[in-house]
Amino acid sequence: MNAFTARELRTAVIGAAALAAAALIPLADDGYYLSLAVNIALYAVLCTAWTLFSGPTHYISLATAAFFGIGTYTVGLGIDTLPFPLLLAIAAIAGGLIAGLVGVATLRLSGVYFVIFTLGLAELVRQIVTWLQTNFTNAVGLYVFTDFTEAHIFWMLLGLAALVYVTGWLINRSRLGFAMRIIGNDETVARHAGIDVARSKVILFMISGAFIGITGAVLAPRFAYVEPPSAFNPLISFQVVIMALLGGTSRLWAPLLGVIPFTILFDQVSAHFPNHTSLMIGIAFMAVVYVLPRGVTGLVEDLVRTRGSGRPATVAERAQP
Amino acid sequence: MTALLSVHNARKVFGGLVAVNDVSFDVSRGELVGLIGPNGSGKTTMLNLITGALKPTSGTIMLDGTVLSSRPAHFIARQGVARTFQLVRVLPSLSAIENVVAGAVFGHARHWGADAYALAEDLLHRVGLGGRADAPIASMTYIDQKRLELARALASDPRLLLLDEWLAGLNPSELKIGISLIADLRDEGRTIVMVEHVMDAIRSLCDRCVVMSSGTKIADGNVTEVLTQKDVVAAYLGGEDA
Ligand SMILES: Nc1ncnc2c1ncn2[C@@H]1O[C@H](COP(=O)(O)OP(=O)(O)OP(=O)(O)O)[C@@H](O)[C@H]1O
Ligand SMILES: [Mg+2]
Repeated sequence: MNAFTARELRTAVIGAAALAAAALIPLADDGYYLSLAVNIALYAVLCTAWTLFSGPTHYISLATAAFFGIGTYTVGLGIDTLPFPLLLAIAAIAGGLIAGLVGVATLRLSGVYFVIFTLGLAELVRQIVTWLQTNFTNAVGLYVFTDFTEAHIFWMLLGLAALVYVTGWLINRSRLGFAMRIIGNDETVARHAGIDVARSKVILFMISGAFIGITGAVLAPRFAYVEPPSAFNPLISFQVVIMALLGGTSRLWAPLLGVIPFTILFDQVSAHFPNHTSLMIGIAFMAVVYVLPRGVTGLVEDLVRTRGSGRPATVAERAQP
Repeated sequence: MTALLSVHNARKVFGGLVAVNDVSFDVSRGELVGLIGPNGSGKTTMLNLITGALKPTSGTIMLDGTVLSSRPAHFIARQGVARTFQLVRVLPSLSAIENVVAGAVFGHARHWGADAYALAEDLLHRVGLGGRADAPIASMTYIDQKRLELARALASDPRLLLLDEWLAGLNPSELKIGISLIADLRDEGRTIVMVEHVMDAIRSLCDRCVVMSSGTKIADGNVTEVLTQKDVVAAYLGGEDA
């Protein structure tokens, strides 16, 4: 349990090679393809961070926009006074803390209430930020001027992706990861085995929220001008759910299988039919939840497994853990 | 004689139904106590109160001086209370050995890594599942799943082991093996409370038994004496061959 298995080693080598190859993209192109690559890296980090929590717990969180926006605002507020790495750390702590508060307040609720609460949270935070800005400052938004280029942001996202993957791998082989697998099977058994179920979920949600907060901070220089509707854009939350579920949540790398095609598709739709992106997200959301509740990887697993031990989780089970 | 488990006026009300009605009893260290009674008399509910699966409406439950009542189930598990469930609960997406390791990591005993796996391997052997460490759970028979559950409970090295009809559904030869396994546990000094309908098992294993009927404790004492007591026989009329 304490040494690398051959399979882990192989995955690590492939992963490192893929990251190294991706890191060369800015040298090849600094226009359209780099911008697309940034979007893919962005959603890869967000979806993997989201899956750290939602994968094992089956709770669907729509709070991504809240953590992301908090990270973005941390940079917007502090960029003139504090060094950027410190802002990243603050964004992580802020995202983690908010996730902790939300977790303590809501993780005892059943799944449906959790979904609604997290959606409401993102909106609430956005309204509070807007209110604070209009009442205590004269501007609605904040300027974020840095020397960072698109390539710098891309490299930071790749580094963050590596960090999320390593964290996910460490969690999976830790007591916390094992506890989450037991909880995913049977919460009653988990409690009777000595697992503090609520605490485990909250810790995982905090880790996830912290990473999403950092991601928002890394992206802030790209916005140049940060205002609540863009920083706390609820579409981010929905896109993350769609992509992660599309890829599947049973494996750390699975969301990537949803992120890549969907980001490209979304990019095409917003280029050619800019007024229909919300419609497309709505349809994609329903399609993924109804047609592929366990994602591409889940589908493949079901096809491969002729006589399996498990059965696919239904939509209802996803919504009500 | 100091009691390991001490239940004092435990009460559980579901709506208008008093499932456990001010029940009190003690269990000493190393004792194997049978908890018997007709269907629906509140035995499982009593175990649920001890393990924290349910909060008592009133009353106090203590383990070696530590108050358990109203504490969360994970706290109680860490104090050293382990159980099996009347309707077997295994972890279907985990391998057999992982099912047992699950009991060894977070509870009263805290093992991890190779240590936990070695312990789990031993326990699988002990309950008769040797060599089945990687068997898929879904392909296991009901009896094997019950064995697995017992191994999981034992993995925490519990101070108090609660068995809820662990012998139910076993065929005669399995029953013999099951009874001798529990006898072994008793002989190594484990403190056990077993809920059971199989009277032969109660007679051959228990020093003492507590009888419940409609939520109330109606008898508590030496097995042979209790089982001939008039109200106990009456409670069982039409039920078991007591
Ligand atoms: N969670 C619950 N909610 C409502 N009523 C319950 C609940 N659990 C048990 N009961 C009721 O409490 C009474 C006692 O049930 P319990 O399961 O403790 O009986 P038992 O002695 O274990 O019976 P059996 O021998 O059939 O297992 C029953 O009438 C049952 O219907
Ligand atoms: Mg029962």
